[in-house]
Amino acid sequence: MMKRDEMLKVLAGKIAGDPIVVAAYSTAFDWIAIRPSPLNYISSGAMGMTSSHALGFALAWPDRKVILLDGDGSLLMNLGSLVTIAEAAPKNLIHCVAENGVYEANGSHAIPGRNTVSFAGMAQNAGYASTHEFSDLAAFDQQVGDVLDREGPVFATLKCERGETYPKDYGLMHGPEIREEFAKAVKDF
Amino acid sequence: MEALLDQLSGDRIIEAVKQSGVRTVLTVPDRMTEAGLLKPISADPDFRQIRVCKEDEALGISAGLSYSGQRALLLFQYTGLLDSLNAVRAIAAEYSMPICMMVGLHGKEPGVLPAESKHYAIRIIEPILDVMGISRHLIETDGDVAKICPAIVSAYETSTPVAMLIGRSPVAP
Repeated sequence: MMKRDEMLKVLAGKIAGDPIVVAAYSTAFDWIAIRPSPLNYISSGAMGMTSSHALGFALAWPDRKVILLDGDGSLLMNLGSLVTIAEAAPKNLIHCVAENGVYEANGSHAIPGRNTVSFAGMAQNAGYASTHEFSDLAAFDQQVGDVLDREGPVFATLKCERGETYPKDYGLMHGPEIREEFAKAVKDF
Repeated sequence: MEALLDQLSGDRIIEAVKQSGVRTVLTVPDRMTEAGLLKPISADPDFRQIRVCKEDEALGISAGLSYSGQRALLLFQYTGLLDSLNAVRAIAAEYSMPICMMVGLHGKEPGVLPAESKHYAIRIIEPILDVMGISRHLIETDGDVAKICPAIVSAYETSTPVAMLIGRSPVAP
């Protein structure tokens, strides 16, 4: 099992260029501390909507890589988005799910299907171009570069547990400033 | 004049949507609008149709597209609006995103105001939108079609949501 912060640091080190990164809840707070960028989008508004925002970005800018850091609880609230994304088939979308098995922001209660559901299996059957699953940091470090280079839509389950955590500023997440900064950053794409 | 009073033409609505600059339509089929709107839109090369599994997905996708300046229309039934209220609350209302929803009021009696419908589900739609602060327009006849383009253009210019309520089944082109 990977520590989430360690996994995200490895991912940050493998990213080339300036992708849009769309992230959900606990992972979002870790990510914006680990790899700050005006192209980080964390304002999905309603739980589950992260994957739908990412699809919108991927379709809006087909030549720009979009990396989606979804949560397992979030994806369960929008499972249909797997099918919608697979049908839309954006080649520039990498859909990662940080699977910790709990609703971390709400008391760490277990998600339905914890330890039994296969998110990568559902993505594969939905029609993603390729699917991957990681639970070991060394293997993730070795292979994530190849995953990021693949033609999308790519899906990767990242089995992890809470590591070092970072400040959770929900005012920042839902306030207008971070969206305005993002809008300014993408204005000239 | 008679036609303006008792008919709603699908092709006029589609033309108005095109005039507004919308090129992406996010859809879930609705029995009321499928023949007059969804079917011709699906076959129209001027539109990119994105079929979504559940209506709230369309709010997220449309919000994402809007950052690039691409205009989108959400086309679904009022049941989908009701099912999506948390996304409408957050993305459309609180975030003030230009979400343009065309909502079929399936079951509404033609010529009867939504507030006076015998159907509870129809009567509650306008009050819900009002309490959420979302601009709305009833599209009941061809005379109402002129509201569509300005409503969508205004939504994008002011970054605010709008709901266009289809009050009778549009006639297929």
